[in-house]
Parts: sequence; structure tokens; C-alpha cells
Amino acid sequence: MELTDLTIHEMVRQLRGGELSAVALTEACLKRIGATDTHINAFITVCREEALAAARQADDRLAQARQIQQDAPMLTGIPVALKDLFVTAEIRTTCASKMLADFIPPYEGAVVRKLKEQGAVIVGKLNMDEFAMGSSSESSAYGAVRNPWDLGRVSGGSSGGSAACVAARQVPASLGTDTGGSIRQPASHCGVVGLKPTYGRVSRSGVVPLASSLDQVGPLTRNVRDCAIMLQAIAGYDPADSTSVNTPVPDYLAGLEEGVAGKKIGMPQEYFNSELDPEVKRAVEKVVETYRNLGAEVVEMSLPHSKYAVSCCYLLSAAEASSNMARYDGVRFGTRVDPGKGLVEMYTATRSQGFGAEVKRRIMFGTLALSSDYYDAYYVKAQKVRTLIREDFTAAFSEVDYILTPATPASAFALGDKNADPLLMYQSDVFTVAANLAGICGLSLPCGSSSAGLPIGVQLLGRPFDEAGLLRIAYAYEQTETWHKAKPEL
Amino acid sequence: MRERYEVVIGLEVHVQLTTKTKIFCGCSTAYGGRPNSHTCPVCLGMPGTLPVLNRQVVEDAIKAGLATHCSIAPRSIFARKNYFYPDLPPGYQISQLELPICEGGHLDIETEGRGERRIGITRIHMEADAGKLLHSSEAGVGSLVDLNRASTPLLEVVSEPDMRSSDEAIAYLKQLHQIVRYLNICSGNMEEGAFRCDANVSVRPFGQQALGTRAELKNINSFRFIKEGIEYEVERQIELIEDGGTVVQETRLFDSDTGTTRSMRGKEEAHDYRYFPDPDLVPMVVDADWIGRVKEQLPELPAEKLQRFMEEFELPEAVAQVLTAERPLADYFEACTRLHPDPRTCANWVMGDVQRMLNETGLAIDKIPISAPMLCGILERIADNTISGKLGKQVFDLMWESGKDADTIIEEQGLKQVSDTGAIEAMVEEVIRANPEQAEEFSSGKDKLLGFFVGQVMRASRGKANPAMVNELLCKKLRDQ
Repeated sequence: MELTDLTIHEMVRQLRGGELSAVALTEACLKRIGATDTHINAFITVCREEALAAARQADDRLAQARQIQQDAPMLTGIPVALKDLFVTAEIRTTCASKMLADFIPPYEGAVVRKLKEQGAVIVGKLNMDEFAMGSSSESSAYGAVRNPWDLGRVSGGSSGGSAACVAARQVPASLGTDTGGSIRQPASHCGVVGLKPTYGRVSRSGVVPLASSLDQVGPLTRNVRDCAIMLQAIAGYDPADSTSVNTPVPDYLAGLEEGVAGKKIGMPQEYFNSELDPEVKRAVEKVVETYRNLGAEVVEMSLPHSKYAVSCCYLLSAAEASSNMARYDGVRFGTRVDPGKGLVEMYTATRSQGFGAEVKRRIMFGTLALSSDYYDAYYVKAQKVRTLIREDFTAAFSEVDYILTPATPASAFALGDKNADPLLMYQSDVFTVAANLAGICGLSLPCGSSSAGLPIGVQLLGRPFDEAGLLRIAYAYEQTETWHKAKPEL
Repeated sequence: MRERYEVVIGLEVHVQLTTKTKIFCGCSTAYGGRPNSHTCPVCLGMPGTLPVLNRQVVEDAIKAGLATHCSIAPRSIFARKNYFYPDLPPGYQISQLELPICEGGHLDIETEGRGERRIGITRIHMEADAGKLLHSSEAGVGSLVDLNRASTPLLEVVSEPDMRSSDEAIAYLKQLHQIVRYLNICSGNMEEGAFRCDANVSVRPFGQQALGTRAELKNINSFRFIKEGIEYEVERQIELIEDGGTVVQETRLFDSDTGTTRSMRGKEEAHDYRYFPDPDLVPMVVDADWIGRVKEQLPELPAEKLQRFMEEFELPEAVAQVLTAERPLADYFEACTRLHPDPRTCANWVMGDVQRMLNETGLAIDKIPISAPMLCGILERIADNTISGKLGKQVFDLMWESGKDADTIIEEQGLKQVSDTGAIEAMVEEVIRANPEQAEEFSSGKDKLLGFFVGQVMRASRGKANPAMVNELLCKKLRDQ
């Protein structure tokens, strides 16, 4: 077994015990990245020197802690990688866009700061869809991410690099962001665990937004326990983010093994329709069977407004994005293309050349949706639909404790397959978008393998701020299978 | 023809707040400073930064709302106003559209010919200011951006179209200006742009219900220019209509050099600002407790103070108006009244010598070198006949220069009034002796000559003789002879 095959849980034990050094672990990860990333393209930037320096510091910290017989912080010496929209001080942050090709921020946000305080070793910045706009990580200006299970297929997106790097065992954990499924969908396609916490659970400060009212930061890991460890490190109120919620952070590891007996799990009938891939359907039904065997009650239920979720989510996210993208104007930072003919021409040239096609499409769509002639018909109506969808979940959670659905309609599609048809691409988020609209927490975890050998994921949804419960039921299932232990051949 | 038209004016006033820090970040709001030295990733609009609302801005907005009789919204929201300009870092201004913090207020103004009029205040909302562009004529330099002002807090006070002349507009503006200064939420400095105004001006034939098409005059930075701009615009519109033309809805710029306005952009070029609720900020909840606490902190407002000064100090309205024009002057006056028993004497001195010296030196009242207790030191020495009123003014001027107290100055300069009967008697006798002809004339009934003798004695005493005693002794001696 290689060092990179260890789980975070095991790494922590060995690092604290002195059997393993952070430098050795970081070097192993860097070596693995070097050996595999030419195929996967998960990384935009590898921070070799910074990572090794951080690892040396972590070793000092571990040694000091051992000396006084205390535990160093949980993540001390653990290599992690960040989707390249986490702003990192002195490290290039591109958002996978030409617009920020040379952008080295002078500041960073709460999550990165927390990781550093915890002693985590940041090894690099991960590939993604440009400004998180996409579901396949193909819209990156730095080339598509490839699925470690089949290099001809997509990793999913927009946090494709975050899922692929964990699946390929380049790092044991990564952070991504989820606006309509951007953590859960790639996690499902790459066979890893991906958690989208409740809106407001993790600070968005220092995270370049796609859609501010939908975005949420979350971890991707190889198993549920590691996911709990990562969430523990990043969750919490941040006064720098007015939308973060000041509610206590529980101990996510404490009740992890308590099981699912007596819990009621709902299966929304709208998610099990004819468009669902039969292999996925079969895999998810087996999960249901497992839960029943573990003592949970599984019932059919309805989320009546599900069919509007994709349109609603895309409309609102494009509207917010069109405004969020306005700051990329070539004036203060990032790419500037100035034909020397005046201000408007500079704006036009900068944005025409700096942004890729999908970003431009959404800016135009969102601008239209907010324009005075269409505001009521599009934006206002979508907000009303959002309220209805939120009410669907409020009603559902008064009946059931958790909701179980497929994470995606099918396993990973081939590179280039859906590029010609944006609407088809948007539909790949059909099962994940509602959680963002409702602001609830959701998690996807591996539950099977297609006949082509591709991972299949199941999605679990929980009440707002019940990440602990969600992790608990995910963990209970995980103990019954070995899907999460499968390793792609590279 | 001018008489056939009614003028309709509505005003939008931008009030820059005097909070120490900006509305959504911790940067200083100090005016000036090296370009871009008061900036941070948030007010520079860097990727991934988030706004955090400055609580003081909300308090100031509540104060302004309460002082202008607005209702304070229990829940209000911020909206993004989207447009591109290099002085606007994020590409949108954070402002309020639906659910502003204050709505439905008014100010009462005195008008010429229409008596007291109530001018409605539609709304007051909070927003972030933009930065500044500096256009260089130097080759290769182009335009430079200074974002020190970006994200400075503003209140926008929007009036109803209730004003009917430029004078009414100025009366409303001056009252609003006075209120925000009293509340201590705005410096009121119009040159620095801390209090600036857009005017919506239209005309219509008297009797017509519907409003005429309006022109919006942008960012005029003095009361005089606002008056000139409105008046030019009224003339322009009436002339246009009389010549058979129609007024078009547009934004116009006032040119202070020529006193005219010119078109900046028409209705077609108007921006679609694509307002929508800012998803980075949560709805702002203001509960009754908070409003109550702010209400308790509200200072006495100009109208109340004016009324009280007239009653408590028995001052004429005109005097009370001068004394209450600015809060620091009113405070200064009141401090004097607490130390000196006669408010009218205090008023005369504050409006007289104090104002004179402030005007001459260009100092603001809060920088005055003569504190209220120091001024009252002079008044006391006049009252107890240590010095005459005339010498008091001399002491005042010396005090302004030296900063010494009244008694020290009187002592050093030997200004103490002579009230010694013997000494004055000697001087009186000497003067009568030196002017026998005039003494004779006085005796034969030329009473007016008393003034001549008083003057002579005062000169002999170098102004220090007690004038009342001089009078009394002169009369006695002249009659006795």
C-alpha cells in the first residue's frame, strides 16, 4: 500500500504517532500528481515549494505536540488541494479563466485561513469549469479534466478537478463549491464522497462566486469519515460573510457510528422517472434495500415542483452571475486587452477575449433575465418558484428525516458529448439543483459501478444544518460496501 | 408668458455620511489622502470579497429618517444597481430600491407668497459612493482612477415634486442641510461633494394636473448653482414650449461658467440598471428597540431649538434664527447663557463680536480661540463695572490674539475702570477749569454740552473712568459752580 492510498483518518494517526512525516506524505502526493496529472489534468497550479515548506512546519508542530503529549490540530500535515476559485494569498487564482490567468491575490478568505491554521498542506489549485460555469469541467481555459476511471470521459463539474484528484489519489481531500450540484455531481462521476453543506454553514469569503445565493463550499474525500473531518475544519460562522449563519458547529465525528435504525428516509417519485439510466436506478435501489436492512424506514414521497428546479436554478444563477462577472473589466486586476480606442472598446475587447463561450452565454442570459422588460417574467417568477421548491422540502422534512435520490441521471459521459447542447448539459444537474435552491445540505457517495466500470453515486439530502445526521447515515451505508475502496487504474 | 406656467421641482440629495469607515469595509472615509491609499480588496471589488454592512450607517439613516418624519422600515433590503464605469469597482453600486430604510417623511418650509409649505420626502436610502476619475492631458497618462471615495456611505434623500420655485428648492435644501449637520451625520461640505443635489425640473400651465416632462440636472455643488441651474432650466423649458417645441426627458449638466445647462444623455441612452436584491447581504432588520435607542440619542433639531430660544431667552425670531443656524454656534450661545445672567447680552456679543471675528478670520465656531467661559469673563467685568462696554471690545480683540483671560488682560493693559470718586472729581474739576467758556454756556442752559465734558473727562482718564460716575459728578459740579 502506498502513502497516497491512506485515508485522512489513518494519516492523522500516523502523523501524530510519528510513524509518518508530513514532508514524506506531501512528497508522495507531489510524486503521484507528477505521475498522473498529465493524463487527468486535475491541477492548474501545483505549489510544490509552498507545500513542502508547509509540510516542514507541520512536522515541527507535530513534534512539539508530541513533546507536550498533546494532539496537533487534526489536519496538521494533511495534503489538500483547492478548486481554483478559492482565493489564495500569493498563489495564482485563475478560476480556470484566461481573465485571471496571471491573477495573484494579495488576500485570502476564512476557509483557506482555517485550513492553514489547522496545519493543512495546500499542494495546489484545481481545474474546474471556467468560473464554475459548467457540469463537465470542459469549459476550463486550461483544458478539460479527465475522469480517472476512463480518460475519455468527463469528471463532471464544475468541481471536476476536486473530484478527480481525490479519485486518482493525488490528495486525500479537496475543496470544491456547489451551486447546482458542482460538488455532488463530479463526486458521483469520479466515485468519491462529496458534501454540499447547508447554505451559510461554511463561509464564502475569499471564494470567487458563481451565484452568491446558491454557492456553498464543501469537501470531497474518499470516505465519509474523512468528509466529516474536513467539514469540521471549515464549518462555522464568519463575520466577513453576512450570509454565513451563526449557529454552533457540532462534533461531526462524535455520533458518526450511531447508525440509521428508526430513521425515516424518503424516495421522491419525481427522481425515479423513465429518464433515469437503468443501471443507476438498480444501484440506487440496492442502497434502499441496504438501508431497510439496517433498520431504517424507506417511504415513497413527492417533491411536486422538482420539474422546475433546473430552469429555476439556471435562471437565478445566471442572473446573479451576470452581475458577479461585472468586476472583470480590465481596470484593476486580471487580463486587460486595450485596443487604445477608448473605454468601451477596452471593456469589450477585455471581456470578449478574457471570457470563454459558456461564461458569455450566461452573462447574456442573466443580463436579459434582469433587464427591466423581463425582470418580472424571469427573475421574479424564478424567485417564486424557488420559494415553492423550498416549501416542498420543508413539507417533506416534516414527514421524513432524509431524502434519498440518484446523484446523477447516468454515469459520466464522454468528453465533448454535451458541448454542443447547453440545455442537455444543464440537465445533468437535474437531481442536485433543488438542494441549492432550498439551501439544505446534500451529499453524494459511491454506490455502484456501471457495466463500463464507471462509478455510480447516490445522493442523500438532509434538513438545514443536519450535516451530522447526513454523515451518520452515509457512514452507516458505507460500512456495508466496498465501492469507496475501489481504485482507478492509472 | 412666464406667469402662465407653474414650476415643479423634485430634489434628490446625496448626503455623504461622516462615519469613520466605509459602508461595506473597514477603510477610512477621510477626504483626500494619496490616491487609492484608503482601499482594500473589498472596496477595490477584488474577486471573492464580500460586503459587510457598517452598523453606524444604519443608525445614521435612522436618525435622518426620524428627523424628517419618515417611517423606519422594520425590514429593508440592499439591491445592486448594475452599470460599468471605472470608478465603480464591482460593476454595480450597492444601493436600495424596493424596501428602503426610510419612507414617507416631510419638511416644512417658509415660502414667499405660499406661506408654510410641506415638502414630502418620498424615501431615504443607503448606498455606496463611487470613486473618482482624474483625466490627465499628459500624453500616455490617460485617465487615472482614485478609489479612496469608493464605498463611502451615502444617504439619498428623495423628495416629492412639491417645490414650486428655485427659492423653495433652496429653502428645502438649506433646511435639510441644517438637519444633517445638526444630526452630526454629514460635514455638509458642498465643495468636497459631501452634500450634493440632482434636481428634477419641469413646467406645466397652471391648472394642469399632469406633470410636464422633466429634465434631471446632475450633481450641482452649491446653493447658488442649484438656484441658477433651476432658473435657467425653467426659462429654457418655457421658451421651448412657447416656441411650439416639446421638452424631452433627459439628463442635463449644469455649467457653472456659463450658468446654462446642456444635455448629457437622453431617455434612449438611459441605463437599464438591472436592479436586483444583493445576494451577498441579508435583509436588514431594524426593531423598535433599536429605533427607540436612536430616538433617545437624537439632538434637539433646528426647529425645536429655534422655538425654545425664542421662549426661554425671550429673543426675537430673527436673532434666534441666526443663533440656531448651526448647532455649534447655538451650543456656544447656550454655554454663555449658563455662565452669564443676561441672555440678550450674550446674544448681542455672539452675533456681534464673535461672528465678526469668525467672519474676518474664516474660522469655524468650533475652532474659536475664545471659549464661552472666557467670553463670559469679559461680560462679567463689564457688568461689575470693572471695565466699560467699549473697553470690553478691546479686551475681546486682545483675548482673540493672546488667548489670555479677561482679568489678566485688564491687569496687564491697565484697563481697570476708575471708580474712585476723588480721582474722578479731580479730573472733572480740572476739565471744568480748563474750559470756562463752555462751563458758562452750560450754566446758561446749553445742556447738550454735557457730552463735550464727558468726552473730555474720558479722554483725560484714557477711557478708564466709570462713565456713569463721570456723568453724575459733571452734572453736580457744573450746576454747583
